[in-house]
Amino acid sequence: MSKRTFSIGGIHPHDSKISRECAIETLPVPPVVYVSVSQHIGAPAKPVVAVGDKVKAGQVVAEPGGFVSAFIHSPVSGTVKSVGPRKDLSGNNQNTIEIAVEGDEWVEGVDLSPEIVTGFPDDNSVIMDKIRQGGIVGLGGATFPTQVKLAPPPGKKCEMLIINGCECEPYLTCNYRYMLERAEQVVIGTAIIKQVLGVGKATIAIEDNKPEDIAHMEKVVAGLAASSAKYAGISVMAMQTKYPEGGEKQLIDAVMHRQVRSGGLPIDVGAVVQNVATAFAVYEAVQKNKPLVSNTMTVTGDCLPVQHNYEVRIGTPISYIIEKAGGLPEAAAKVISGGPMMGKAVSNLDAATVKGTSGILILTEEQTRRAPETHCIRCGKCSDACPMGLEPFLLFRLTKADMVPELEDNAAQDCIECGCCLYSCPAHLPLLDIIRTGKQQVMGVIRARAAAAKAAAEAAKASQVAK
Amino acid sequence: MNKLLVSPSPHLHSDLSTKRLMRDVVIALLPAIAVSVVFYGWKELLVLAVSVLSCVCIEYLITKYMLKRPGTVGDLSAVVTGLLLAMNLPSTTPWWVVFMGALFAIGVTKMTFGGLGQNVFNPAIAGRVFLLVSFPTYMTRWEMPKGLFGVDAVSGATPLGAIKEGLLQGASVPDIMSAGGYSYGSMLFANLGGSAGEISAIALLIGFVYLLVRKVIKPHITLSIWGTVALVSLIFWLCDPSRFTNPLFNLLTGGMILGSCFMATDYVTSPMTEKGGILFGVGIGFITLMIRYFGSYPEGMSFAILIMNAFVPLINNWFHHKKYGRA
Repeated sequence: MSKRTFSIGGIHPHDSKISRECAIETLPVPPVVYVSVSQHIGAPAKPVVAVGDKVKAGQVVAEPGGFVSAFIHSPVSGTVKSVGPRKDLSGNNQNTIEIAVEGDEWVEGVDLSPEIVTGFPDDNSVIMDKIRQGGIVGLGGATFPTQVKLAPPPGKKCEMLIINGCECEPYLTCNYRYMLERAEQVVIGTAIIKQVLGVGKATIAIEDNKPEDIAHMEKVVAGLAASSAKYAGISVMAMQTKYPEGGEKQLIDAVMHRQVRSGGLPIDVGAVVQNVATAFAVYEAVQKNKPLVSNTMTVTGDCLPVQHNYEVRIGTPISYIIEKAGGLPEAAAKVISGGPMMGKAVSNLDAATVKGTSGILILTEEQTRRAPETHCIRCGKCSDACPMGLEPFLLFRLTKADMVPELEDNAAQDCIECGCCLYSCPAHLPLLDIIRTGKQQVMGVIRARAAAAKAAAEAAKASQVAK
Repeated sequence: MNKLLVSPSPHLHSDLSTKRLMRDVVIALLPAIAVSVVFYGWKELLVLAVSVLSCVCIEYLITKYMLKRPGTVGDLSAVVTGLLLAMNLPSTTPWWVVFMGALFAIGVTKMTFGGLGQNVFNPAIAGRVFLLVSFPTYMTRWEMPKGLFGVDAVSGATPLGAIKEGLLQGASVPDIMSAGGYSYGSMLFANLGGSAGEISAIALLIGFVYLLVRKVIKPHITLSIWGTVALVSLIFWLCDPSRFTNPLFNLLTGGMILGSCFMATDYVTSPMTEKGGILFGVGIGFITLMIRYFGSYPEGMSFAILIMNAFVPLINNWFHHKKYGRA
């Protein structure tokens, strides 16, 4: 049988997984950590510590600032040095808690032993509480608070849990290592999420450039399924290696042959997608009482003499990680947080990692140089590559002409910013750079329209009451 | 410390470029060019050289002195136009006629519309049709292939020309075919009068396969043309084999292979979607046959492509890619 994949577009960049053989190493705790309160989608968390407070690793330092928000814990033990604005990796100021490290003392109740705990509570409210208290957010990139995603709105039913182990971004290998080294934990986390959602089926989707993962995960799933009925219904699915296979919408199309309508949520088609790293974090929070205070990231680049997959405390400065990895090579021209297709170029190496940091990629000038822009030759390669079925050449022109209504008609708001169009363009047009701005304009119009409609509805309601 | 580059994602680019695509087209044309030079000798080389040089120089001069913007000859698109134009001309074409064709192709069809990517019509075909209409005597004086070192030039009609002529004189298609000694083997390999681009179907098909393998083009437009030509001519041929030529003849003669593989698949002047491309191909196949069967010209491929080029903006408006999550 041919391997499953999404039905529209996609590209095949070289996967460059040069760090795949590097086992996960624990990076030493840095002397100082900088913990941002905006590490997730949604409202920033509110700091609950003051300068001079002594904190332990795993202790809450900021509480959720709204419904869509998350707890933030101290990743280290030490003293709070400051609470205030600090530049993040894009150079924007974020409210940040600075903690000077002293020893490595943990709050009580956290199980740091390597022992794997397979039995988990039947009571979903206990589990949900632990996920919320653990500050778990989606680690696949969007950092959406997990407890919100696991509580579908009334009337919506989950039919399939998809655990995303595609890792379709070139260079990144931390999910690959998770599934080799922490397979049991990932499968237990999957079973926990599956129980919370009350869904019968869970699929762990892995791209076929990771055959070792597929074989190992199948073995672990079969072993756990034999041990307890709680592990029934979990399967491993091999996916065709194609970017962006791990995009949420693309993965749902590939696994379930269903498409989320524009502006809709995965749950509308009965899907919930979680990353393997999130499943691992759920395991740690529920089974080991360990909140999300560290994550695994790939530190890689062809110009680096040694590649690494590091387990890093959240809030560790990027410069510290690079230094431990052997320092920034002379040839380095660009440091990227994340993968080469969707990651962000780092402007400030003093910035610290956040929950969603999945990799630090170092590219040379030659690798990342963009050739001069020439004329569009209407080859249509951008449309063929677009996994959303959009027409990037058209959106590019419409944005340049400032034609916002036409941009909306041509679905600029559906763009997932995967970069396939820009990657494929033989004329080296900055397609995505321009389309991004067009998309933002359309989103602004849509939001304004929704706000106006809401205001009108409220005014109508008020006048009804007045009568 | 190094100064870091900061720019939006994606941070990698494929090795694809316009120049690489054009270079692949040039490579794909080489087998057919080689065959034509072997068969028509130095005259054919002269036509090719004049055409390519004229196209490149005209584009260079126009961008430099009239448009006053950076030169674009480096993208090799003018070389491709020059080669294709030359392959559409008889090897006997005088050099100044070739130059006129290049001037019309690059100067009028391509550069007045804004250069590569902006032109509505395929420059090489527009150049050929311009010459066909303006200099019909030069454009229909074909020479029979005689080999690289041959001496005696044999003037002869192309198979399509012979059929058109013969039918007007009241002969039937099978009679004309046997009188002219046309065989499918010679059409496929190389032995018939015609332009460089008509001489060897096999050499052109090798180039076409190369373009497919290199993913420069997709096969849908070409297959749609072939399918339409085969189906429509089959119907006519079954109705009256003495008046209408059969599908195989129509597929192997004239500019069918060159046009369907290299000219109709031109990115700039063909539809952006696969569905649109199929409709585009059906139009080209149908119009070509109508001209061959009922028109006053023996061959209709060039006209068919130009006519369908004009419909491309409309076709692009009708057909869009299937969008994710939208009915």
